Amino acid sequence: MKTFALAGNPNCGKTTLFNALTGSTAHVGNWPGVTVDKREGVYRGGSEKVNIVDLPGIYSLSPYTPEEVISRNFILDEKPDGIINIVDATNLERNLYLTTQLLEMDVPLIIALNMMDEVEKAGDSIDVKALESAIGVPVVAISALRKKGIKELMDRAIAMNSERKGVTVLGKSLAPKIERAKQFFAATDVSSPLFHAIKMLEGDEIELKHAGAQELFNEISAGQDMEAAVADERYTYISEHFSAAKNKKEKAALTKSDKVDKVLTHRIWGLPIFAVILLVIFHLTFSEDLLYIGAIAEAAGSPLPTFEDIGFAISEDTEIYENFGIALAACFYDGAVFSPGVILTNLLNLVLGYISYGIGLGVEAAGAADWAVGLINDGIVGGITAVLGFLPQILTLFLFFSILEDTGYMARVAFILDRIFRRFGLSGRAFMPMIMGFGCSLPAMINTRTLADEQERTATIRVIPFFSCGAKLPILTAIAGGFCALVGFDNVDLITYSMYLLGIIVAIVSVIVMRSTTMRGEVPPFIMELPAYHMPGFKNLMLHLWDKTKHFVKKAFTIIFASTIIIWFLQSFRWNWTFIADGSIQDSILASIGQFIQPLFTPLGFGSQLNEYGWVFAVAAITGLIAKENVIATFSVLAAMFVANFEGTEEGVAEAIVMIENTGITAPALISFIMFNMTTIPCFAAVATAKAELPKGRFGWTILFWLVTSYIVGTVVYTVGGWWWTLFIWLAVFAAIGTVIVLNNTGKIKLPSLRRRKG
Amino acid sequence: MTKLLSEFAIGESGKIVKVNGDGAVRRRLFDMGVTPGATVMLRKKAPLGDPIEVNLRGYELTLRKTEAACVEVELS
Repeated sequence: MKTFALAGNPNCGKTTLFNALTGSTAHVGNWPGVTVDKREGVYRGGSEKVNIVDLPGIYSLSPYTPEEVISRNFILDEKPDGIINIVDATNLERNLYLTTQLLEMDVPLIIALNMMDEVEKAGDSIDVKALESAIGVPVVAISALRKKGIKELMDRAIAMNSERKGVTVLGKSLAPKIERAKQFFAATDVSSPLFHAIKMLEGDEIELKHAGAQELFNEISAGQDMEAAVADERYTYISEHFSAAKNKKEKAALTKSDKVDKVLTHRIWGLPIFAVILLVIFHLTFSEDLLYIGAIAEAAGSPLPTFEDIGFAISEDTEIYENFGIALAACFYDGAVFSPGVILTNLLNLVLGYISYGIGLGVEAAGAADWAVGLINDGIVGGITAVLGFLPQILTLFLFFSILEDTGYMARVAFILDRIFRRFGLSGRAFMPMIMGFGCSLPAMINTRTLADEQERTATIRVIPFFSCGAKLPILTAIAGGFCALVGFDNVDLITYSMYLLGIIVAIVSVIVMRSTTMRGEVPPFIMELPAYHMPGFKNLMLHLWDKTKHFVKKAFTIIFASTIIIWFLQSFRWNWTFIADGSIQDSILASIGQFIQPLFTPLGFGSQLNEYGWVFAVAAITGLIAKENVIATFSVLAAMFVANFEGTEEGVAEAIVMIENTGITAPALISFIMFNMTTIPCFAAVATAKAELPKGRFGWTILFWLVTSYIVGTVVYTVGGWWWTLFIWLAVFAAIGTVIVLNNTGKIKLPSLRRRKG
Repeated sequence: MTKLLSEFAIGESGKIVKVNGDGAVRRRLFDMGVTPGATVMLRKKAPLGDPIEVNLRGYELTLRKTEAACVEVELS
């Protein structure tokens, strides 16, 4: 089977063409060693099946970004049977710059001239025949979005000669130099000697590593700025030859895209508009009171009734199965209309609820042993539903951010915010993943793929969990509620808000520290295209979401699932391998692990200073690894130790109060416990995602980073809360560390060199 | 009169005469079409004054002021 590679600039419609060519056969993997998506699929519409490999979007074949190196190596080493170079006809000049480089390789090339319909709509025209004869390779006009011209493109691609010798557009003045360099490479065993020769003349790092290349380069260039000369010649050639092919009308005063842009990146309104868009997205994904209808009705003095008010109680699990209609209706409304994200979550959980209920009945009917019933119901089914339950909101959030990305707005967000982020050693692009972290760490971590620099990416992935996600909110509200009851303070909101803020501060401080120590590096250059705004294609969005779903579900059924079973086992068995059937978790292996590690938490306020039940906090922190809601769920189970027939509350405040009363934990230690849970190792799903997204060799250090950070944060919170004057000691310690880092970085003192690994 | 691109006011345009800077940044500028001879126009500045957006070779490019300071332009 022939293999064709798709190459082209970002935003030229490459993914759309790939989707149109391969349809459902596509699958996404990673290029070896880097976290750049590798898409492959099969085209079946022609005389023979063809394998299609989608190369990352690139502007050039320079060796400075991973995307460029991947594309270059793939073409040179894997030698595809042809390259389909997709060119955005609305932006011919810059797109053909890559084409002039592809022409220099010894690989058959065909040009797919995309978005011709847009060009015509704007009243311009491009002479495809003239373009084809000028470049010397086939050119086919297509519309990837409307699937026009694709058959012709592929028919001609398949019919191409299997051999093509590289040619260059670089002219007379450079010709002798190129010839000399080409002779040099022709004598070695590399393929495409012309390509290597010209790259060497550009002073390309990779080419200069060939033995003898540096000397030859010095001789040929003789101090002349070859890099500028080559780039200049390419563009000169393009504008001389292809401005003729494109018959451009005088540009209208303002295109539609320009008008939209004027508003969205306005000097004063740009930032507020962005804040509103963000708020709307989060509202539609997470709000349990759509458009605040419920709150408004309540404020107006006539609150909307809940199902309980009108005589249907559905809070008890068992009743769901007896009244399907009400359960279904309650997915959409209960005292307030829910947002689409919440509705989808409720619906999925309803279905999962029925499935696990059914499985539960089946297992019981089969007369399985207690432990087997527990394993299947609480371990396997419980674990899967806990993880899959997140899926709707993750995908909803993803959908919105994909739309922002595809319309071209995301690039503008980076443009607006870059100035602020540069202070912390990050680029404006790092903002989106971080803000997504407030919803869920998973899509946030995956979204760091838009960051080109590995150091920046690692630092960003590590602090994403500090932006407290939706699942951590129950910990906040429950314990903050308990805290307020304990100290007689009546502002839960204020505590919750401060915790969020503290998380952000921890994130900022961590980023600054990392970027000036282990993750050092220049802020990467911010030289990028601001693509014209356009409507996103529905099919592309859906395929994108489908990719993410597959990705997530696969992970849910492997690493997350396995870890969940382990924790279930630990909390359900005694040391003598007997199953705990009555929920007395205090006898479990997990409880003794909790007791064992409890002293470690002494500096954080929930260690040895607590009474004999103090281990509940350690245990809750461990179960929180499955999903952060479990922290409070564990409290609920454990509360049965202290209070007979314990009745929990939805917010978990009662649970928290029982824990507080029975363990002797102090107020500062409670805050410390919240902060510890917010900044420590996130849930297994996020850990698995981090492992997949981090560069090689960074995962172990990242786990350590989370543990150390949360430990320090907890300790500082507890000591300062308990003894206010320790604040000055901490400030002095941090100032001293900061000074040492600064002095070391400015070369005033020399510390034993910190490990600096290369990805 | 030549001027650094970073010092442009909104609406000013000119022809690039020289591109300075070190390896990666310079290469990237070239790849994006910022080469001697090209015409640039400063379209807009971000709300906080930096980065800037220029029109070049028929498309919009954004770059930081530090990077724009590598580009010398002959005002038209």
